[in-house]
Amino acid sequence: MTLLATRGLGKSFGGLEAVRGVSLDVAEGEVRAIIGPNGAGKSTLVGMVAGRTRPSAGTIAFAGRDVTALPAWRRVRLGIAYTFQITSVFSGLTCRDNVALAAQHGDRRDRDERIAVALRRVGLADAVARTASALSYGHRRLLEVAMGLALAPRLLIMDEPTQGLAEGEIDGLCRLVRALRTETTVLLIEHNMAVVMALADRITVLDRGAVLAEGPPAAVRADAAVRAAYLGA
Amino acid sequence: MTAARRALPALVLAGLFALQFVLGDYDHTNMARILVLACFAVGYNIAFGMTGLLSLGHAMFFAAGLYGAGFSAELGGVAPPAALAAGTACGLVLALAVGLVALRTSGVAFMIVTLMFAQACFLTILHFNELTRGDEGFVIAETARRFALAGVVLDAADPTVRYNAALALFALAYGAYLALARSRVGRVLVGIRENEDRVRMLGYDPYRYRLFALTLSGALAGLAGAAYALLFAYVGATFATTQYSIYPLLWVLLGGAGTALGPLVGTGVMFVLVDRLSGITSSYLMLVGLALILLVVLFPKGILGTVGQRRARNRS
Repeated sequence: MTLLATRGLGKSFGGLEAVRGVSLDVAEGEVRAIIGPNGAGKSTLVGMVAGRTRPSAGTIAFAGRDVTALPAWRRVRLGIAYTFQITSVFSGLTCRDNVALAAQHGDRRDRDERIAVALRRVGLADAVARTASALSYGHRRLLEVAMGLALAPRLLIMDEPTQGLAEGEIDGLCRLVRALRTETTVLLIEHNMAVVMALADRITVLDRGAVLAEGPPAAVRADAAVRAAYLGA
Repeated sequence: MTAARRALPALVLAGLFALQFVLGDYDHTNMARILVLACFAVGYNIAFGMTGLLSLGHAMFFAAGLYGAGFSAELGGVAPPAALAAGTACGLVLALAVGLVALRTSGVAFMIVTLMFAQACFLTILHFNELTRGDEGFVIAETARRFALAGVVLDAADPTVRYNAALALFALAYGAYLALARSRVGRVLVGIRENEDRVRMLGYDPYRYRLFALTLSGALAGLAGAAYALLFAYVGATFATTQYSIYPLLWVLLGGAGTALGPLVGTGVMFVLVDRLSGITSSYLMLVGLALILLVVLFPKGILGTVGQRRARNRS
C-alpha cells in the first residue's frame, strides 16, 4: 500500500526552482532514501512533506488523504514525524522532558514506559535526567531521533541523521533504522553512501530539483546518469 | 524531587499566614498589598516566564479586573465575592480578545501591539470620564465591601479579613502556577518558550497554547485587579497606565522569570525598596532604578533563578 504520494510537487523561491514536478510514491514499511548533491532540493522536498514549507505546485497525499493544505502540527498528529537536520532539542529541559513532549499525545497510562523505550532504543537510557544542553553533539542528535520515535509515527522523516555522529554511533543508528522497519516507514535524507546502501529499500536521486533516477540500491548504483551527476565515479 | 522541595509551597503559605501576627499595622497593610500585586505578577509570569510572551500591556487586564469589580460593587450593588468573579471574568475576556489579535504577531511586534491595546484601554477609561471618573478615580463605599460568608459578616476594610483574603488569592494563583508547571500543558508552554518550531513539529499548535497562556495570565491579572479594588477601596485610571504594565515585568525579572516564587519575591523586594527609599528622598525612583540595575547585574536570572542555578551547579 502507498503511504505517501506526491504529485507534481514544486517549490520556487523567487526565480529559483528548488524542487520541480516531483512525483514520489513511498510504500508502507519501506525505507526510502533520498540522495543528491548539495542544493538538489532534498530538504525542501521533505520540508513540504512535513508541512514546514508550503509548496508552490502539486499535491501531497498521506495514507490516502490529501494533506497539502494541512498545517505541520496536524500532519504530525496524522503520523508524519520529522527529525531536524540541525539538531533542535529543548536544551534547557531534561532528556526525559524532551521525549515526554513527544510522548504525551498518547495514552497517559503507559507514557513513562514509552519515554523509557524511546530513550533506550537510541542508547540514551542512562541520560534520562540529564539536561539536553549537557549532552555531546552526537547524543543530542540521538535525542532528536528518540523524540521522533516517541511520536510513534507512521512515516519518520530523518534529515541527515548520521551527520556528526561517531563511527560506533552510526552503526547503532543503522541497527535502529533496520529494527524500525516493522513499525514505521522511513524517509531518509543521507549523505553517507555506505549507510544509504545498507539501509534503503529504494533510492530516489534528486538533481537540480527533479527526480533523476529511482530504484533499488544496486540499480541506482549502476545507473550511468547518477554516477555522472552525483557519485562522481 | 526531594521531600523538602515538595513541602516548600505549604511552608511558604504557612509562613505568610504567620507573618500577619508579627507585622505592625503599617507593614501588615503593605504585605496585603504585596500579596495582591504578587498575584498579578504570577499571572504575568505564566505569559512571560513560562511561555516567553513579553507583553507590555498587562495593565489593561489588571484595570479590567479593577473596574469590573469596582463597577459591580459600587454601581451594581453586587456582593464582594461576585464582584471579584466579575472582575476576573473581565480580565479573562479582555485577554482572550486581545490574544486572538495580538498573538498573530510575535517578538517585538507582540510587545508593540500589546502596548497599543493597553494604551487604547487607558484612553477609553479617560474618555468615559463621567462613568469612570478618569484619572481621579472613585472610592468604593464601606457598605459595598461588606459581605456574609457562611453566616459570618466580613468587612473587606478589616485588616485581618483583608490580609487573609489577599493571602487566599495569592495561594490560589501560586497553586495554579505550580499545577500548570507540572502539567502536560505547562510542558508544552515551556517548549514554546524554548523552541517554538520544534513544538510545532511535535504536533502542537503554538497559537492555541499561547492563547491559553495569555488568557489564564489575563484572568489572574484581572483577579488581582478586582481584589485590589475591593480590598483597598480605590478604582482609578492610574492602574491602566504603562507603568502598571512595566511593574509586573520588573517584579518577575527581579524575582526570577519562570520560577514559582519569583513573582512574590520580586514584588516584595521592589515594594519594600520603593517604600523605604521614598521615606528618605524624593528622588527615590532614581535609587530604585540604580538598585534594580545592580540586582540585574548580580542576579541576571532574577533572585530565585540565580539561587536555583547556583544550587544546580553545586549538585553536579
